[in-house]
Amino acid sequence: MKPLLIKGSRIVDPAQGIDDTGSLLVSDGVISWLGKKGDTSPSADSDIIDAAGLVVCPGFIDLHCHLRQPGFEEKETIATGTRAAAKGGFTTVCCMPNTIPPLDSQATVDYVKSTAVEEGVIRVLPIGCVSKGREGEELAEMAELASAGVIGYSDDGNCVVRSRLMRRALEYSWGFGRPIIDHCEDTTLTEGGQINEGIIATRLGLQGIPNAAEESMVARDIALAELTGAWLHVAHVSTAGSVELVRRAKAKGIKVTAEVTPHHLTLTEEKVLGYDTNAKVNPPLRSQADVQALIQGLNDNTIDIIATDHAPHTEEDKLCEFGFAPFGISGLETALGSLMTLMHQGYLSLNTLVAKLTSEPARIIGDEHGQLGTLAVGAPADITIFDPEQEWVVDTRHFASKGKNTPLADSRLKGKVMATVYGGNLVYHDNALKLKTKG
Amino acid sequence: MMSTLRQKEAPALPKNPDATAKTPVWRHSHILDVDDFSPQEIELIFSTTDAMKEVLSRPIKKVPALRGKTIVTLFYEPSTRTRISFELAAKNLSADTVHLSTSASSVTKGESLIDSLSTLQALGANVVVIRHSQSGAPYLAARYLEASIVNAGDGWHAHPTQALLDLYTIREHKGKIKGLKVVIIGDILHSRVAHSNIWSLTTMGAAVTLCAPPTLLPAGLGHEQKHFPKVSLEPDIERAVESADAVMTLRLQRERQQSGLLPSLREYVQLYQLNESRLARAKPDALVLHPGPVNEGIEISPGVAHGPQSVIDQQVANGVAVRMALLYLLVGGKSI
Repeated sequence: MKPLLIKGSRIVDPAQGIDDTGSLLVSDGVISWLGKKGDTSPSADSDIIDAAGLVVCPGFIDLHCHLRQPGFEEKETIATGTRAAAKGGFTTVCCMPNTIPPLDSQATVDYVKSTAVEEGVIRVLPIGCVSKGREGEELAEMAELASAGVIGYSDDGNCVVRSRLMRRALEYSWGFGRPIIDHCEDTTLTEGGQINEGIIATRLGLQGIPNAAEESMVARDIALAELTGAWLHVAHVSTAGSVELVRRAKAKGIKVTAEVTPHHLTLTEEKVLGYDTNAKVNPPLRSQADVQALIQGLNDNTIDIIATDHAPHTEEDKLCEFGFAPFGISGLETALGSLMTLMHQGYLSLNTLVAKLTSEPARIIGDEHGQLGTLAVGAPADITIFDPEQEWVVDTRHFASKGKNTPLADSRLKGKVMATVYGGNLVYHDNALKLKTKG
Repeated sequence: MMSTLRQKEAPALPKNPDATAKTPVWRHSHILDVDDFSPQEIELIFSTTDAMKEVLSRPIKKVPALRGKTIVTLFYEPSTRTRISFELAAKNLSADTVHLSTSASSVTKGESLIDSLSTLQALGANVVVIRHSQSGAPYLAARYLEASIVNAGDGWHAHPTQALLDLYTIREHKGKIKGLKVVIIGDILHSRVAHSNIWSLTTMGAAVTLCAPPTLLPAGLGHEQKHFPKVSLEPDIERAVESADAVMTLRLQRERQQSGLLPSLREYVQLYQLNESRLARAKPDALVLHPGPVNEGIEISPGVAHGPQSVIDQQVANGVAVRMALLYLLVGGKSI
C-alpha cells in the first residue's frame, strides 16, 4: 500500500503536547513521520490528503458504546456500529457486554472480537460483565475475561445493585489492572422513572428520576473503591452532585475515573418537551445547572473522558408511548458536532476536547492493545480529520448506524468529521475531502 | 400515514352575542392539554358551552351540527363517566359514535396504539377521544392520525375537558374566574385533573393553592419558573382553605398507601379530609368540587360531598355541555 501524506493541517495531539501546523505521513499502517510547516515529506510517492484548514488528531476512542451484537442485530450490528463510529471519527470503540448472550465468557468476547475483525472497520475492544449473565448475583470469571482482552468490567444497563457483589468485584479485579465500570443508579429510587425529576417531569406527568439516585450509588462505589483500593470508573456521570463526589474522591487519592456523554454535556431535560422518545435516555438529560457542572468537571479533570454511550434502537422501538419506549440515544455520529458547539461557545478548548476523546481514554485502556490515542511516530495510524467550522444538519437517513434515535435530528451542528484513518486505511471520508491518489 | 398537524379554519360560531363580539379565533386541531390555551380561547369555549346548555334545555336535546361525523372513543383505561359524557355530547350533536376499549393488560407495547390508530384512520374517524394510562399518548396519536384528537385523560399528565368543565362550573356560580382563590387538596402528583386545573385556572387569573402530603406533590412547584404556572403550596389544610372561593378535593387511590407514599389512610383522613369544620374556614359561599368518583369518608366527608356548597352533580351535568362545545369547535359544523 502506498504511503499517505496528510498535508498542511492543524495537528492536535495532546499526548505529545502538539498543537501546530504541519503534515504527517502514514506508511505500513503506522505513523512514520510528523513534520512541521515547511518540512518536506520523506516520501515522494504517496497519496495525499490536502487538509488545509482542517484539524488532524488521533482517532477518537469511545470507552462506552453499545454495538448490540449478538442478540439485538435489528438495533445495530458490529458492521453498522463500527461504520457509524468511523463516520463519527472513532477508530477504537469499547462495547458494553449487555448483549444476548452477555459478554461474560471468553467465547462471547472472542465472538465479538473476531466478528469485528471480519465485519467491522475499526478496532473493537469489548468490556466484560461484572456478574455471570449480568444478573448481579455472582462474579463473572474475571480472570478469563482479562485474558480474553477486555478493557474493564461492567454490568452496564444495570447498576451493580448489591453492595457486597460490588465490593467483591472491586477486590477481585484489583490484580488485573482493569476498572469496574459502574452504571450508578439506585433502582429503588428510579423504578418507573422516565425523565429527570423536576418541573419538566411535573409538566409532562412523567415519573421523575432524581439526581440522588445516581449520587447515592456514586458515593457507595467511591466508599467501596476506598475500602478495596481498586479502580472504579463511573459511567455516564450526569449530575452536579456526582461531579462533586468524584472531585472529592480524587482529592483524597481514591482511584476513580469518570466519563460524561456528549448529550449530557450539551442537552437538558427540556429536549423531552413534546414527548420526544428519542430524548429518553438513562441517566436522563438533566438541568442546566448539571450541564454547567459537567462542563466544569471536564475542564478541571474531575471527569477524565468523553464517551458516547451510543445506544441504538429501531424506529419501532421508539415509536410508542413515552413510558413504553426504551432508554438510549444513538450518539456516535453526532458526538463531534455537538461537542464542537461547546468549543464554539467557549466552554471547552479544542485541546481539551481532543484530549478527552483520545489521549485520556487511551490512558484508561492502557498499552495492552498498542499505542493508542496519539500521533507519535511508530503508533498505529489511527487518525481523525475534522473541519471545525463546517456546519451541517443532522439527517438520520444518512446515518451509518441502524439507530436513528437522536434528539438532534434536524439540528444544525458546527464541526464535521472529514476523514477517519484506521491502521493506515481510509475507513471514512466526506465527499468534500480533497484526496489525491497516485497511480 | 404520517401527517403534520393541520391548522383548521375557525368554524361558524354559535349564536351568542358575547362570543361574536370578541370573535376570537379557534386555532386548535386537537385538544391535548390546556397549557397552550389563551384566556380568549377558554372564554370562547365557555360561551359555546352556554349555547350548548341552551340546547340541552330544549325538549328535544339534539341538533344536527355534527351529522355524518364519526367520533370514536378509544379507551385504554376503564372509565364510565367520562366515556358516557363524551358519547352523550357526540349524540346530542348527531354524530355517529363508536366505542373501542382495550384492556390495560393487553397494552404492554406501544404497537397496539399505533395499530388501533391506523385502523381508525382507515375507517375515517373524524375525532378520536382517547384515554390512556401513559402520559403523552394523545400526542403520539395526534402525530400519526388525520383525525382530531381529544385527550380524555392521559397518565398523570392532563385531563383538559375535566378542567374546563370545572372552570365552567365555577364561573357559572361566581360569574368569573379571575381573582378567585381555588384550593386543590389531595394526590396532586398522580392527578391529571389537578394538572389541567392548575393550567386553566391560572390562565384565567385565579390563584391556586395546593394542599397535599409532600409525598403526593410533584417536584419543582412553589416558585416562579418557566415551564409551569405559579402556585402556592400549603401543607396545612386549615390554612390552605382559609377564605377560599372554591375547594376541590381529589380522589385518593388506595394503592398510594400500598406503594408507601402514605403511612395509612387513617392518617390521611385526619390530615387532609375536607370536612365541615375545615370547610367553614373558606368563604361562606365557597364551592366544593370533586372530579369523581368520590371516596366518601376518605378525601371528603359525606356531609360536605352532599352539602349545600357541593357542586359535584353540576360538574357532571356541565361535562356534557362542555364536551359538546369542544367537539363542535373542533369539527366545526352547521348552525345549532
